[in-house]
Amino acid sequence: MAAVQWHSRGRRYEAELQRCRLEATPVDFGDYHPLKPITVTDTKSRRGARKGSTSSSSSSSSSAAPDPLSSMLDGTDPLSMFAAASAGETLCVQDLGRKRREREEEAVGSDFEPWSAKRGEILARFTTTEKLSIGSQRELLNLSQQDYANRIEELNQSLKEAWASDQKVKALKIVIQCSKLLSDTSVIQFYPSKFVLITDILDTFGRLVYERIWTMCSDPRPLPESFSADDVNDTAKETCLNWFFKIASIRELIPRLYVEAAILKCNRFLNKSGIQETLPRLTAMIRGIGDPLVAAYARAYLCRVGMEVAPHLKDSLNRNFFDLLGTFRQIQGDSVQNQLVLQRVEIPEYLTLYSPAINWILQCIAYRAPEDYINCAEIWVEFTCRHFTKREVNTVLADIIKHMTPDRAFEDAYPQLQSVIRKILTYFHDFSVLFSMERFLPFLDMFQKDSVRVEVCRSIMEVFIKHQLEPTRDPVILNAMLHICKTMHDSVNALTLEDEKRSLALLINGFIRMVSFGRDFEQQLSFCVEARATFCNLEPVLVQLIHTVNQLAMETRRVMRGSHSRKTAAFVRACAAYSFITIPSLSSIFCRLSLYLLSGQVALANQCLSQADAFLKAAVSLLPEVPRSISVEGKLRPSEGFLLDFISNFLSTLLVVPDHPEHGVLYLVRGLLNMVQDYTWEDNGDAKLRVYINALPLLAAMSQEAYLYCIPRVDSNETLYGGDPKFLSEINKLCETLIGQVLDHLKALGRDESVRRQAALAFSLFGCLLAHGDLRNNKLNQLAVNLWNLSHKHGHCDTRASVRTLEFMKHQAQQPDMAHLSDTVQRLALQSRT
Amino acid sequence: MSASLKELLAGVVVLVSKEAVQHQGISLSMEGLVNLQLSSKSVGVFEAFYNSVKPIQLISSNIEVAKAGKIPGGKTEIPFEFPLQTKGNKVLYETYHGVFVNIQYTLRCDVKRSLLAKDLSRTCEFMVHSQPQKAKVLPTPVDFSITPDTLQNIRERNLLPKFLIRGHLDATNCVISQPLTGEVVVENSQVPIKSIELQLVRVETCGCAEGYARDATEIQNIQIAEGDVCHSLSIPIYMVFPRLFTCPTLETTNFKVEFEVNIVIVLHDDHLITENFPLKLCRI
Repeated sequence: MAAVQWHSRGRRYEAELQRCRLEATPVDFGDYHPLKPITVTDTKSRRGARKGSTSSSSSSSSSAAPDPLSSMLDGTDPLSMFAAASAGETLCVQDLGRKRREREEEAVGSDFEPWSAKRGEILARFTTTEKLSIGSQRELLNLSQQDYANRIEELNQSLKEAWASDQKVKALKIVIQCSKLLSDTSVIQFYPSKFVLITDILDTFGRLVYERIWTMCSDPRPLPESFSADDVNDTAKETCLNWFFKIASIRELIPRLYVEAAILKCNRFLNKSGIQETLPRLTAMIRGIGDPLVAAYARAYLCRVGMEVAPHLKDSLNRNFFDLLGTFRQIQGDSVQNQLVLQRVEIPEYLTLYSPAINWILQCIAYRAPEDYINCAEIWVEFTCRHFTKREVNTVLADIIKHMTPDRAFEDAYPQLQSVIRKILTYFHDFSVLFSMERFLPFLDMFQKDSVRVEVCRSIMEVFIKHQLEPTRDPVILNAMLHICKTMHDSVNALTLEDEKRSLALLINGFIRMVSFGRDFEQQLSFCVEARATFCNLEPVLVQLIHTVNQLAMETRRVMRGSHSRKTAAFVRACAAYSFITIPSLSSIFCRLSLYLLSGQVALANQCLSQADAFLKAAVSLLPEVPRSISVEGKLRPSEGFLLDFISNFLSTLLVVPDHPEHGVLYLVRGLLNMVQDYTWEDNGDAKLRVYINALPLLAAMSQEAYLYCIPRVDSNETLYGGDPKFLSEINKLCETLIGQVLDHLKALGRDESVRRQAALAFSLFGCLLAHGDLRNNKLNQLAVNLWNLSHKHGHCDTRASVRTLEFMKHQAQQPDMAHLSDTVQRLALQSRT
Repeated sequence: MSASLKELLAGVVVLVSKEAVQHQGISLSMEGLVNLQLSSKSVGVFEAFYNSVKPIQLISSNIEVAKAGKIPGGKTEIPFEFPLQTKGNKVLYETYHGVFVNIQYTLRCDVKRSLLAKDLSRTCEFMVHSQPQKAKVLPTPVDFSITPDTLQNIRERNLLPKFLIRGHLDATNCVISQPLTGEVVVENSQVPIKSIELQLVRVETCGCAEGYARDATEIQNIQIAEGDVCHSLSIPIYMVFPRLFTCPTLETTNFKVEFEVNIVIVLHDDHLITENFPLKLCRI
């Protein structure tokens, strides 16, 4: 068949539009209309209004809509699922706890501030200028504080000497004598310092005894650090036992208590449970000390030696503290009051004397007590959230951090810490307030297990998306949210499931959508630049960012009312550049294609012609890479449908893209069609020809004097060529080629006996000719009739479509300049129904 | 060294000398004796049975560990074993060091030497613990409550300040190897407490058909409270029975060794309030 010359039908788009428009009929208030806003009538309030009615209310709820929440839940509700999950976690935590306990029994760690760090401070703080006495009557009240310290040091030396010269009894006597001094509360202001000095001696003694027994066991080899009583020989045991018997017979309470406490550690030589049994006994023994200050310091000493050997025995520490509280009323008693009057010491000063002892006892109790602590804190934080301000909540957070950081205690308390966050999020929806709590982000830093941290970030994001209704530029919120989103993003690795990535990306997108710097567009763009770097592993976020930037460009255009200044023009070009360099990093090819197209449209709208060109060119050059099948929701699907859709969309944009001055006429259209020609289409398909047929309407539209649509301030080809005959003949030539290709293919289909496909394709081309060709041209008219006949030849045509087409033609024929269609209709026969 | 009944007393004789030593035989002698002594205040009354307080021998045995010969220079160890078998139906009492009654077991090693050199001798004490008794010990706890009204031996009851001191001993049938335990609570006291003490007392009785002497002496005194203790707060009673100075309560035809504990409350005005509890000690 000879080439058919193309003639586009002339169009008057405005008039056509007017004719096509439906007549608008106003909808009355009461009338049904599917798009009318839904009005929910509260059945309850209606019932309330029906006062005095005695009728049954059984029908009142029948019309109530199903609860949207309950209808969403099928199967287990999410709360019980969480509960089940956290039960599992608790088990795991307990397991960890057990391991920790084993570790704890060994000794205190470096996270425990040692006594040695306290003693200097106490000695410097509790001083006196009064005369002091040591034991014997001769020395009564004639020692200065320094003399006293010197005398104690002398005693310390003589203890060591006595020990070295094997005078064990003398050594014991010195220690007893020293401990006795602790029952003396004359010059009471000095008592804390006296306690420090004398317990130094007790420590020395305890160490000497322990080492002595230790060396007795060193034959044939030294005892291991973690020895048990079974490793100790009988002689050593007997010696050790002798010490305990000797001490048990010390007459006075206070020396007996202190000296036994000093060698508490030696119980290890005797049996496993010795320390565990001795500590409560010595704790109870302190109840016999009448003077509350003396008792408090005795408790401090017992806690001190207890912590050294068995920090895990918390019960005794707690018992000491509660006994201390229980006997605090002694301070009001006559004995103490009389003493204070006698020594001319005021109550406030007297009370400060307790502080080193109480401080120490509390330090011991608080040591590695995070488990109990966090369980309380978890409850209290809710109270604080409900009744106080962010300042107090911040204080609670700071305290939790302080308690949970040592020894990474937080590792065992993730469920509780998460619960703390949940509670705060329940009460604080204003994120500027939430993030202005200084300790909130440091608190999040305690979630160091990846899965938990991401879960926490997720919960924060969910609340943010739900409650942050206004876009924000608050730097506090932005910084914090970026940090949180980054945490979520950084959790993504090669093993992350697609679902997980998608849901994380959704949350991050929720944040990005809420960021607005208002009129400060440059700031917004630089935020997007930063966000792109931060979230580079989550494609949906990149896609969102491109959309955001495109939106930004369009917003700029709106603000400038379409007429860019030099500055805004540069800005929108920067936006285009942003998209242009971001798109290639996406892996989904259709995503890239549609974003190229979209960004091209935005660039065009902003009069960035070369940028638009670049986008569209990039899209065209990408086409050959489109695979034949793509993965859609995990299943491989043929890509053809998507590709056809995209190309149609692309073609409709090309109408308004002016030709590049340096390239030939219809450069992009030709480029696209070349790509289509070279593309490896499905073997038994007609997609390529469909593209050709779809290109005809574009070419027809391009040959109009006034285009169907245009972009303000962008000159399309209509203006560039102004209906130049050369341009029109280029279009017509192109149409001829396309039609020729289609006709060749139709012929080939006839040969292949693929008559069904032939019919469909022929009908499609017929439709195109009818809509866009000028059928007054005889050749075109004849071609149309031939195509009709071809499509009906083998009875594969959809009769209903044919009938509708004929009706349309008859209808069209009534329009001006379209009368020729009635003749054509006469020549078109419907296929017989046989 | 220590041993229980029907056990062996075993050990080594250790001889250390720079050079070889000639000897005429090395022997060991083991002996268990009860020494009874009358207190000075009793002597006048019981002069009549002066003779009856001679030591009672519980066990005596002699063995030769080496015949006359020569010990080489350096350290020589000669192991030995004594079966602890009594003569007839004598009983081995537990080692006990009291004031008027002493039960002691000794082992003496003699090295006989030629006429010119001095004999060598060394003695050491070994402890005997009686075999655990078969019968179960019932703890027999005892509660006490002390007020001015419960006191005896008071001259002027109405001069006493008011007080109420309650408490209990967990047991008066005590196992000697375990401490005496209990609680004391100062419910109230008009005069501050100065001290609360536990006084362990032994009661030794020596005698025979003609009469006897009974003396109570303090073994030890342990302070359990010092100063004006907190009222209504229980203070632990805790005392370890000292070794050597206590033994299971002993009753023989010739002598008795018994124990008691006094809870002594010293008030600030030096009033002394004592509550006495007889104890029965045993070994299990």
